[in-house]
Amino acid sequence: MSAVGHATLDHSHDDHGHHHKQTFITKYIFSTDHKMIAKQYLITGLIMGIIGILMSVLFRMQLAWPEQSFAIFNFLLGDKWAPDGVMTPEIYLALVTIHGTIMVFFVLTAGLSGTFSNLLIPLQIGARDMASGFLNMVSYWLFFISCAIMLSSLFVEAGPASAGWTIYPPLSALPQAIGGSGLGMTLWLSSMAIFIASSLLGSLNYIVTVINLRTNGMSMTRLPLTIWAFFVTAIIGVVSFPVLLSAALMLIMDRSFGTSFFLSDIFIQGEVLSHQGGSPVLFEHLFWFLGHPEVYIVILPAMGLVSEIMATNARKPIFGYRAMVASILAIAFLSTIVWGHHMFVSGMNPFLGSVFTFTTLLIAIPSAVKAFNWITTLWKGNLQLNPAMLFSIGFVSTFITGGLTGIILGDSTLDINVHDTYFVIAHFHLVMGISALYGLLAGVYHWFPKMFGRMMNKNLGYIHFWVTAIGAYGVFFPMHFIGMAGLPRRYYTNTAFPYFDDLSDVNVVITVFAIITAAVQVVFLWNFFSSIFFGKKAVQNPWNANTLEWTTPVEHIHGNWPGEIPSVYRWSYDYSKTNENGEYVIPGQDFVPQNVPLQENEEELNH
Amino acid sequence: MEATVIRTGTEGKTWGGGNEPLRASYGKMMMWFFILSDALTFSGFLAAYGFSRFKFIDSWPIADEVFNHFPFLHGVDAPMYYVALMTFILIFSSVTMVLAVDAGHHMKKGKVTLYMFLTVIGGLIFVGSQAWEWKNFINGEYGAVTTKGGNVLQFVNGEGERMALEDIAIAQPAERVNHTKQSGIWFTSGESLPSYSLEEVKAGFLANEDLLIRSQRTNEEGHKTILTREESLAKMNNEAVGVVEGANLTHNEYGPPLFADFFFFITGFHGFHVFSGVIINIIIFFNVILGTYERRGSYEMVEKVGLYWHFVDLVWVFVFTFFYLV
Repeated sequence: MSAVGHATLDHSHDDHGHHHKQTFITKYIFSTDHKMIAKQYLITGLIMGIIGILMSVLFRMQLAWPEQSFAIFNFLLGDKWAPDGVMTPEIYLALVTIHGTIMVFFVLTAGLSGTFSNLLIPLQIGARDMASGFLNMVSYWLFFISCAIMLSSLFVEAGPASAGWTIYPPLSALPQAIGGSGLGMTLWLSSMAIFIASSLLGSLNYIVTVINLRTNGMSMTRLPLTIWAFFVTAIIGVVSFPVLLSAALMLIMDRSFGTSFFLSDIFIQGEVLSHQGGSPVLFEHLFWFLGHPEVYIVILPAMGLVSEIMATNARKPIFGYRAMVASILAIAFLSTIVWGHHMFVSGMNPFLGSVFTFTTLLIAIPSAVKAFNWITTLWKGNLQLNPAMLFSIGFVSTFITGGLTGIILGDSTLDINVHDTYFVIAHFHLVMGISALYGLLAGVYHWFPKMFGRMMNKNLGYIHFWVTAIGAYGVFFPMHFIGMAGLPRRYYTNTAFPYFDDLSDVNVVITVFAIITAAVQVVFLWNFFSSIFFGKKAVQNPWNANTLEWTTPVEHIHGNWPGEIPSVYRWSYDYSKTNENGEYVIPGQDFVPQNVPLQENEEELNH
Repeated sequence: MEATVIRTGTEGKTWGGGNEPLRASYGKMMMWFFILSDALTFSGFLAAYGFSRFKFIDSWPIADEVFNHFPFLHGVDAPMYYVALMTFILIFSSVTMVLAVDAGHHMKKGKVTLYMFLTVIGGLIFVGSQAWEWKNFINGEYGAVTTKGGNVLQFVNGEGERMALEDIAIAQPAERVNHTKQSGIWFTSGESLPSYSLEEVKAGFLANEDLLIRSQRTNEEGHKTILTREESLAKMNNEAVGVVEGANLTHNEYGPPLFADFFFFITGFHGFHVFSGVIINIIIFFNVILGTYERRGSYEMVEKVGLYWHFVDLVWVFVFTFFYLV
């Protein structure tokens, strides 16, 4: 490079050459470096993920072989919750609840967006670090505390929270109702309040960093789609999580201080409670005002990661960059006005239901734009089928499969038939659970060299992908059918209803697939942890990618770039770009990194 | 190395990178986005308030009758006077905050100190006033009788003037002991007894032909419905189950308990914000005195807490509107 950008800001001064002396504590524990915080988020998220998936295996076993004795139940749950190895209904409900909570919030919100926003925002926009490294550190440690509280609730005598991850009152508000609504629910609410604070601090940082700290030339339309996705995700988080805080605080008041916001005229255990006038539907409104944007908080970062990985590995520019950005914005806007589609059978006014049906079906438009753009990005691409790319393609597959059933569930009349059945479970696990996990895994495979300076094993990655892909469909595809047959979700056992006897074999199939899929994740964990220490050393730009993070040295340094921050001269998708004579812009190289100035005779793409 | 500067192609563009497109430091923007998020928390509360109030649209208490106290004016009906005063004080403290920020721009340490001091005082007066409002609300004024269905019955005389329980009740010989910690070995605490028992209120009501019951239902003119003597007697004999004085989170002499729940919760949450704002302002005040920002060469911290302070004010305007005016 022959020249540098003309203006440097005070925050982008060259701070190489005077590294602070780092102790173990400031480097690995209370680190303010975004790359270390990203790794902390990732590993905490993975640990929470192991716990959450293990829980699902346990309750899947109960569903397949109801009330049968398993030594592992007794070993993991103890004599109280699994006497003679038979899982009790109470702990079944608790496992379902905590599985949902952990997977949605701790793995797919903090683990996914926390990891990759922290890692990629400063690196891809060309910044030394987050705007406030200190608040970033506080954000992680609040997340850590909320994880610790959530896990500690597993050991409470009356059991952890058991009212489902949506914690609808009155069940969640009355300790007399079930054991899990006692101290377990109090801990759940405390944990979530801290989680919200952590998420808020993180999101504030992501937003202002993207606005203020982009390097010279990094205009908004040159940003990689990952950054767009993280940026918009953070905004949705800032808008929707505080409403969950409202709901949680009011629920705490109802539980502990005798108010009646969500409670009305209740008789329980022969006792009349003094509550009057409240409405549980109010809680559902407040909860789902967060709850629905939350699923986009989960899926948007995965979409961003997939867009980036897919363009890189198809060696083609992403198809329809501006349409991708516009659809991210449209999804973010629509996500805040569709919450009522979770409440079609709650007793809400049916007219309101039809309004929410309309807004919900509108989301199909930007979602379809994205799906088609990914497919057209692959079209005639020079596909590099490494594990990250496979998981990205898997993402598109599960997103479409799960999205189609969303059209059925989003329609208030069709929803009545399948509401609260396994059809719903199949829908949201495919469209946001599995899809977002694929995004997370694709991101880990793709950016592992950036995080740890080593490569993951490709062949283990292939095994991981194919078994996971087949297994995940094996789990969730049959669920559509048992759901349409009427099998309700959240039931401890269905043996009391002869009508469901025919479905018991399908439940065994699902559970076998679930066990296989969970087991193959061990391959991933082995690959991940062993590669940190023994993986092949990574080169600076292993995937021949254009984005700025691959211009930093493999060794992590504080401040990311040893010299000046690079300037940016082009968008991030100049793959296989040719001049008019059909030659690559840089001879012999099918990619042009963002920090390479326009070559002679080169036209800038008007994307 | 060439000496020429290669153009990035985005020079001079607001969002072209390498600059601050909104011309605000990251700290100030963080405060803005924090305010956005906090505003949504309050919106959640106020939406919940609207939802619940709509449910009880025909029996919601009339704010003019509930908040009608003014210091040193006992027994004078002063609807909204005091809350208007405290709102004015809070808004005035926003004005002094603006002046402090402006003085900061001109690097006038003395003026910043003075105006920060006035802002802190304004905030303290507001928090104190709110405590006084709570005290009045908790103590209540007239008292009421509760019914089986969870409604309240209030009392008026022939002229339509509100009557307090103490004006009605006739003392009965019955032995009523309010247990205290001293009166039993195992007893720790119990619900405190109301000043008058239901029997005493009933006896007084029957004895005085002039008394009527005012139900919590609002009629078409926006007043509370006053029952006839016959209806009143029937209600009193058939439905009355208890006596309530003042308000707490479960009982409320003014109407539906949800009114009190939301009053305590929302004004309490707002009061907590004002209180933390005052604490932050005090910290900034001392930093100004110590010359921290003089040395830093910028009073931006004053500006940031100013944003927060204005936000807390603005929230109060909404709370005030929905609780007191509408």
